[in-house]
Amino acid sequence: MSRSWSELLGDGTGPVETEAERAGFFGRLRDSLGKSRRALTGELAAAAFDPGNEEDWERLEEALIRGDVGVPATAELVRRLEARGDLGDLGEALAEEIADMLGEPATLNLEAKPSVILVVGVNGTGKTTTIGKLAQKLREHDRSVLLGAADTFRAAAEEQLEIWAQRAKADFVGAAHGADPAAVAYDAVEAARARGHDVAIVDTAGRLHTQSNLMEELAKVRRVIETRLDGAPHETLLVVDATTGQNGLQQARLFGEAAQVTGVALTKLDGSAKGGIAVAIAYELGLPVKLIGVGEGLDDLRPFDAHDFARALVSG
Amino acid sequence: MFDTLSDKLQATLGDLRGKGRLDEDTISKAMREIRLALLEADVNFEVVKSFVAGVRERATGQDVLKSLTPGQQVVKIVHEELTSLMGSGDSRLAFGRPPTVILMAGLQGSGKTTTSAKLALLLRKDGKKPALVAADLQRPAAIDQLEQLGRQIQIPVYRKDTQDPVEVVKYGIQAAQTAGQDVVILDTAGRLHIDEELMQELARVRNAAKPTNVLLVLDSMTGQEAVNVAESFFERIAFDGVVLTKLDGDARGGAALSVKAVTGKPIKLVSVGEKLDQLEYFYPERMASRILGMGDVLTLIEKAEAAVEDDEQEAMEARMRAGQFSFDDFLSAQKMLKNMGPIQGVLKLIPGLGNQLKDVDIDERQLARVEAIVLSMTPQERRMPHLINGSRRLRIARGSGQTIQDVNKLLTARKQMEKMMKQMGKGKALSGFAGKR
Repeated sequence: MSRSWSELLGDGTGPVETEAERAGFFGRLRDSLGKSRRALTGELAAAAFDPGNEEDWERLEEALIRGDVGVPATAELVRRLEARGDLGDLGEALAEEIADMLGEPATLNLEAKPSVILVVGVNGTGKTTTIGKLAQKLREHDRSVLLGAADTFRAAAEEQLEIWAQRAKADFVGAAHGADPAAVAYDAVEAARARGHDVAIVDTAGRLHTQSNLMEELAKVRRVIETRLDGAPHETLLVVDATTGQNGLQQARLFGEAAQVTGVALTKLDGSAKGGIAVAIAYELGLPVKLIGVGEGLDDLRPFDAHDFARALVSG
Repeated sequence: MFDTLSDKLQATLGDLRGKGRLDEDTISKAMREIRLALLEADVNFEVVKSFVAGVRERATGQDVLKSLTPGQQVVKIVHEELTSLMGSGDSRLAFGRPPTVILMAGLQGSGKTTTSAKLALLLRKDGKKPALVAADLQRPAAIDQLEQLGRQIQIPVYRKDTQDPVEVVKYGIQAAQTAGQDVVILDTAGRLHIDEELMQELARVRNAAKPTNVLLVLDSMTGQEAVNVAESFFERIAFDGVVLTKLDGDARGGAALSVKAVTGKPIKLVSVGEKLDQLEYFYPERMASRILGMGDVLTLIEKAEAAVEDDEQEAMEARMRAGQFSFDDFLSAQKMLKNMGPIQGVLKLIPGLGNQLKDVDIDERQLARVEAIVLSMTPQERRMPHLINGSRRLRIARGSGQTIQDVNKLLTARKQMEKMMKQMGKGKALSGFAGKR
């Protein structure tokens, strides 16, 4: 059973997703992970894998490395599999270990009213698009949403977010190009409170985690939100592009330090990218994945399900 | 940009240096380290294999084993292999009968729109008359973004209200040509390389535009997937080269190594910052040097030359030789430094400094403060700093919004600088940095 939005949001009830919808998603995710599936089943079919054969272990390592899982997490997975002794079905055993590494099912902490979600990440990972889709999903689950355009740097970023706000029928707080992003965040939180919205989502400018002045600016945005509203931001999501390689770890580390990230949104999983960097981030930093983006449509943002992800990554 | 990879290789090969001579064991250890470093740098798995095999073969050769400095030999081999892997010679854009059409393509979020604007600016600096065409009809506000960028750098942007990018492109090229522009840069929508429909659309755009150059825009943070992306785009639109973006981060940029290896197409340009003038030509030799922490003097000299007007340079050099360094000279030096781009980037290019500066943050605002102090001086004071007495100091401090201590510090620094210049003037003439090649 995949995870549903109601589960992610901690709602007892809510629109019930049909099995067909879930199957459709599962199938899509598996399709999108097709390349690594072929690689793994092609090279590592349980029948062909011989735990006594050094070369087979090497091929397993290669397959994980090719999926961007990274050297340390790959070494750990191999170590755990070796420790198991009897592997049985290699694909299933690997899926179990990966799911274990990815941790407990995550939830979005949006109980407070208003709740604030701060969205951060490097340039071009899909922050604005993810926010648009998230707003739509939250509305479907009976939350009124306000979007705050604190990306005042990139040309036309505000316009882009405003278009998404219209599509998702969300309230919108914008600002002039070049305005202080912390001030926009302040206004957004203030407006969400005054207008009685359930959730305020604050978009920020993409920035490379190595630009310390911009990271300091981000920390300030966070501080302003904190002082404006107790307990806020309730979620700080780092948007990571699934095609990202090992640099994703550095991103998670430094954004974590500057903005106290609570979870990852893994985008662009509809490509042939495997998103193995999510495993590395969970293993080395203990940061959970909460959302995945599997397409361009409004419905293509889904709750992350570790078991689905792991199985899609390694089995047919 | 390749800091960590360079650190790792240096650590491994530093070990080798200590040994004096290479034995099989040491070589194996070194190769393993190189392999791991390259994998962590996101170099494609297959590329790593063949690269390491090549280095190993050459490293175990007789010449190296007999050499008295095998460690340095291996550094040299790695450097040469890296250079040849990334392509040899520099790879310029092609210019044909005008208008030269440049098609930009890539995944979502790789940086096509920004890079298109940066490229237009770069080409105008090279004496061209570029125009931009907004053919990304997918992403909300993408056209607005390009138009805003175009306004910032005063480069015309052509758009057309339609659903078909082929129409936009045809119209844009035509309109730009009529207006007398000799380069037309086409910004297209980001698309997944496995999206059949959009890839076909891109192929149609390519056929209609008949571009002189097709460039794949690739995020330097891309992982193992870079190879699949490059291969798929190459199959459909046969790009001529790659623009590697976001290299100002700490991504180790293994994609740069992989792409050339699998498609045979060179990296042509690299984007090294958010500012619109931060797009540079790519030089594989330089990149290889940089990977190995050998600095990049060539780029530095070019930057300095582009930043300084010729006669200005001569005048300054003459005064420096004579051991004079007024605050006017200070201002022109500062201007030159600014023209060269962000200080952090410039300093990284200096051999030996790259590593040490990794964690150092340079506060550009501090430079602005210093500039404010100088600008608060009268022209006479700038020429003859010895005039600056106590009451003048107070006035300068107030005028610039800084403290007297700040002003004093600057005055002392100038004196020291002048002293240093005098000594240098007595000895060898200044050469290299400010001199002619």
